[in-house]
This record gives sequence, C-alpha cells and structure tokens, in this order.
Amino acid sequence: MTERTTEQAPSRSSQDETSAAGSATIDTVTAPDPARERSQGSPIRGRGERIFRGLTSGSGLLVVAAVAAIGLFLLVQAVPSLLANNANFFTSPVFDTRDAANLNFGIRDLLVVTLLSSLFALLIAMPVAMGIALFLTQYTPRRISRPFAYIIDLLAAVPSIIYGLWGIAVLAPALLPIAEWLQGNLGWFFLFAPGNLPVLTGTIFTGGVVLAVMILPIITAVTREVFSQTPRFHIEAAQALGATRWEVIRMAVLPYGRSGYIAGSMLGLGRALGETIAVLIVIRAATTPSNFSLFDGGYTFASLIASAASEFSQPLPTGAYIAAGLVLFVLTFVVNAIARVVAGGKVNG
Amino acid sequence: MSADAQRSGAGPSGTATGLDAPDRPANGPTFQALSTGRKIKNHAATVLVTLAFLIALVPLVWVLVTVVGRGVGAILSADWWGRSLNGVLPESYAGGVYHAIYGTLIQALLAAVIAVPIGIAAAVYLVEYGRGRLARTTSFMVDILAGVPSIVAALFVFAAFISIMGGVQSAFMVSLALVLLMLPVVIRNTEEMLRLVPDELREASYALGIPKWKTIIRIVLPTALSGTVTGVMLALARVMGETAPVLVLVGYSQSINFDPFSGNMASLPLLMFSELSNPEPAGQYRIWGAALTLILIIMILQLGASVVSRFSAISK
Repeated sequence: MTERTTEQAPSRSSQDETSAAGSATIDTVTAPDPARERSQGSPIRGRGERIFRGLTSGSGLLVVAAVAAIGLFLLVQAVPSLLANNANFFTSPVFDTRDAANLNFGIRDLLVVTLLSSLFALLIAMPVAMGIALFLTQYTPRRISRPFAYIIDLLAAVPSIIYGLWGIAVLAPALLPIAEWLQGNLGWFFLFAPGNLPVLTGTIFTGGVVLAVMILPIITAVTREVFSQTPRFHIEAAQALGATRWEVIRMAVLPYGRSGYIAGSMLGLGRALGETIAVLIVIRAATTPSNFSLFDGGYTFASLIASAASEFSQPLPTGAYIAAGLVLFVLTFVVNAIARVVAGGKVNG
Repeated sequence: MSADAQRSGAGPSGTATGLDAPDRPANGPTFQALSTGRKIKNHAATVLVTLAFLIALVPLVWVLVTVVGRGVGAILSADWWGRSLNGVLPESYAGGVYHAIYGTLIQALLAAVIAVPIGIAAAVYLVEYGRGRLARTTSFMVDILAGVPSIVAALFVFAAFISIMGGVQSAFMVSLALVLLMLPVVIRNTEEMLRLVPDELREASYALGIPKWKTIIRIVLPTALSGTVTGVMLALARVMGETAPVLVLVGYSQSINFDPFSGNMASLPLLMFSELSNPEPAGQYRIWGAALTLILIIMILQLGASVVSRFSAISK
C-alpha cells in the first residue's frame, strides 16, 4: 500500500501539474492569475472543490489528531497518579491501588508477563506463518491457494473472548502433559522452572500458545502478500540454473520477502502485546512476584486494566491503570512504527 | 509471458538444427541428476510447509467444533432468540440473549455511522488529494491506529469523555471506542479500492469539464462502492467481538435496554464475560450459546462481504 503511495503520488501529481499547467496556459488569456489556478491542483476551481477538499483533508487530520489525543489524554490522566505513587513505577512488582491515599504501583511484573507471553507466542507463530505463506504462494496453484488463504484468514475472524474460553477450557488440559514434561526434564532452565502458580494450566505457557494462534493469521497474511510479489524473473533465473523448488525459495523468495516477513511478525507482536480478554481469561492471577518462568501466572498490561475496569471510580487509582495503559500504548506504537519502517513500504498493515 | 515464448521457441529449434552438437563432449551427460542431499532437502521442505498449513487448521477446527458442540443446544432452545435473561436465575436453563444481540448490533452500527463517513473521506484525501508531509503523516498514523490495542482505545475514551468531560458510562461510549478500531480498517480498504479505479475514468470526467470533487463523488466513489461496502462489513465483523471496550465503558444488564445513550446494556461478549463468574452449569450453557451466536453473526457478515465483493465493478 505504502509502496503504491510512493509510486503513484509522483505520477498523479505530475499529471495534475500538467493538467493545471495546461489550463493555466489557456487561462493566461482569460484569467489573470494562473498561479492560483495551479495551487489548487485541480482542473477546475470553485467553492464546491474547496469545501470537499477541506472536508476530506479534515478527516485525514482527524486520524492524526486521534492518535495524538490518545497519547495526550492518557498522559494527562496518568501524571497525578504517577506523582502520588510511593513505589518505583518501573521496578516495583506490586500493583496496589486499594488505598487512594497510599498508592503503590509498579509495572515490572506486568512488563515481564507481557513480554514473556508475547515473545513466546511470536516464537511459535513465526515459523508456522512462514511455512503457510510458502505453502500458499510457492506450492499450491492460485486456484487452490485462494480458498486455503481464506481459511487461514478465518482464524482472525474468531473473537478473542472465544479464544480465551477455548484456551482455558479445552487447550489448557490438552497442553498439561507437555508442560509437565518440559518442567520435569528442562526444569533447570529458568524459562521452564517452577512458576508462582500451584498448577501448570492457565500459565504464561498456555496463554502464549493461545496468543500464537491469534497472531498467526496476521503474520501469514503479510508474509504471503510479500512472497507473492517476488519478481517472476528472480524465480525463473533460479530455475534456469537448475535450482530445486526449495533452492528457488532460499535464493529468490526469502531474500526478497525477508523484510516483509519481519514487518508482519512485528505487527503480530504488537497484537499480542495488546491482547486483552483472551489473556485475562487464560492466565491465572498470581500472588507472588514473577520468577521469569513460562509457568508463572500474573497480569499483562492489558489484562490488568480489564480486570480492574469495574472499579474505575476514584481518579487516583484509575490514573494508575491509565499509566499502565500509557506504557502499553507507547510499546505498541514503537513496535508498529518499527514494522512500518522495516517493511520499507512493501506491506499494508 | 514473453520469456516463456522465447524459451519454448529457442529450445526445439536449437536441438532440431543441432547447431550446438559439436560443442558437446561425445558421451558427457547434459544434465546431472540431483544429488541425494539436495533431493532430501527439497522433499523435507515440501513436507514441512505442508505440515505448517495443516497445523494451522488444527486450532481453527478445534475451536469451531468446541463452540458448535457446546453451544448448539442453547441456540436451538425456544427462547434463545426472543427473550432476555431478565429475572432468570443463575442456575436456570431458561431465557435468551436477544438483549445482548441487540446491544452488539446497535453498538457496532452506531460506531459505523460515525466511522464510515470519516474513514471514506480520509481515504479520499490520501488517494486523491494527499501530498507531502501531511499525507505521509496521516498514512503513518492510520497504521499506528490499526495497531492500537482495544483496551487502550477504551481507556482513552474513558479518560477523555468520562473522566475529563464528565460523561457517564453508556453504550454510546463503547461505540466511540469502536470508531477508533473501525477507522483504520475502513480507510485501508477504501484506499485500496480507490487506487484500483482506472485513471481513464477520472480523465474522461475532467475532459467533460466536471470538477474534481464532483468526479470523485459521482464517478470514483460509485466505482469503488462494492469494495468499500466489503471493507465496512469486515470492520463491523471485527469490532463486534471486541470485549475490552464493553468491560471498561458500559455496565452489564440482564434485561433489554433500547437506549444506547444511557444505562447499562448487554452485548454478547459482555454477557459471556459476566457469566464466567456464574458457578452454575447454566452459566457455561449460556457462555457457549452466546459464543456460537456471536460466531454465526460474524460469519454472516463475512459471507456477505465476500458476496458483495463478487459484484465489484473493478477487479484486482
């Protein structure tokens, strides 16, 4: 999409300029001010044109203003609570807002749980998404790959609350043997060490698998789009050298699509970081601080805010949650911005 | 295409005339068979990518089978589509969810009423008028907005419209949060469709002396209509399943509330979340019934979207 913007913008604007210039040369006879004509960028001037142009530009500006307003309003609401906070906001593992006169909240554990679950989800989803994208673009004819791609897209249509219900009621018991095996045999490694929950279901591990399923269609869609844009002659050149299908992929498709694949993964990561309700339902609350293990429980930024949503009455405690929301907003902003930069205009988020 | 023609043309003629025959060693093979290592790698890759696709089907089928299996009993009951849960006890297998269906639909529709005109106008700006830094910033911010988590959108509406401006929790507040989630979807889909409209159509209109704005309204937008409608339906399908905004911005109600501007209002996700704290088996019955209802509504929208896109005047 962005690629097309950059490709098309110059051609369209030059076309506008020529048409404007064309009418300007005619106008020099009739109208005294050709410069004004050109500045409007339109073949024909008029009040309707100005109004319509203003309305559409205003809508564009509104989007910019909306994003700015999100950051601004969250900041304004968070600052009083941050000033009243008695704990260190970045290093404290507790999040205690029960007493408005004595706020103690920090985001250390929220950050740990959010990052652990999202990165674990990314680790599972990335190779699978790459495989699916290759399967759909390089291994199946177009006639079959389109309905297959639609099936993968259906994964994105399932609401997250349903993933949450399925995750805790069906998936968690099914994953229990794997979790037990991992902890029994690889328990010496900190990620698989015993966590702060008495059970092995409803852990970050379970939540990460659910998140992986949820971000799979996003990563796949972006990667598939980029892989399918691999220039035909790159592929044919590799084939002419006698490359097997896998070698064609390694020599032509992957180098071309790598940046898009990474961008798609970043978009998936952004979605996983902000996923709320599935995580809230699946990952159990823990009473002790995080052990940096996949078998921990706890809250992510998003699930903590949602869990407290019914208690948003006093301004100072509410501001503490808004501060957490602000951190989440900044995190997703950065991740999505990186995705866009990495993509270099090849993909449409 | 031309490369194919060249290759098929050059190949047979070369061997037919035998021009390159003297250059070849007498018994040397022209092509060597693939080495075993390369063959194994190639086959392994084929197996792995096919496996990746099959792995992705597992959760999809598993989720759908779970929801249908556990929810079909509820949605086939007599009262499901026509009653609310007003006065129904937690342990009772009675009542229905029409109050929640109404809430889900009205919240999404209100959001669409606001988001669709703004979204289409912003897309027109990006495609037809946008130049320079402002257009690039707008395009960037659309991407950022697409990545804003729904809970952050809900918190923003809470902070801006309830904390600072003194509003009250209501279904309309949910709609405002949904607007933020719908906008990027509508803008991106409309943008894509507008770019597919051939420039010849615009130029023909200009040649007749039609102003640019009228050209856009009368020629460009109608040509892109079906794609835009598809985008709107997909955006609706996306926001209907959102749970985070309803948790923060509206209270749950067991009975019907037709007024989106005041009072508590149920929606399907909120009903499911509320029933999670119901320890009775009837709670599970309602949760999975509501889940199946929600999936059915979303599937109808998705199917509708793909049917509408069939009638597209322009194709990709």
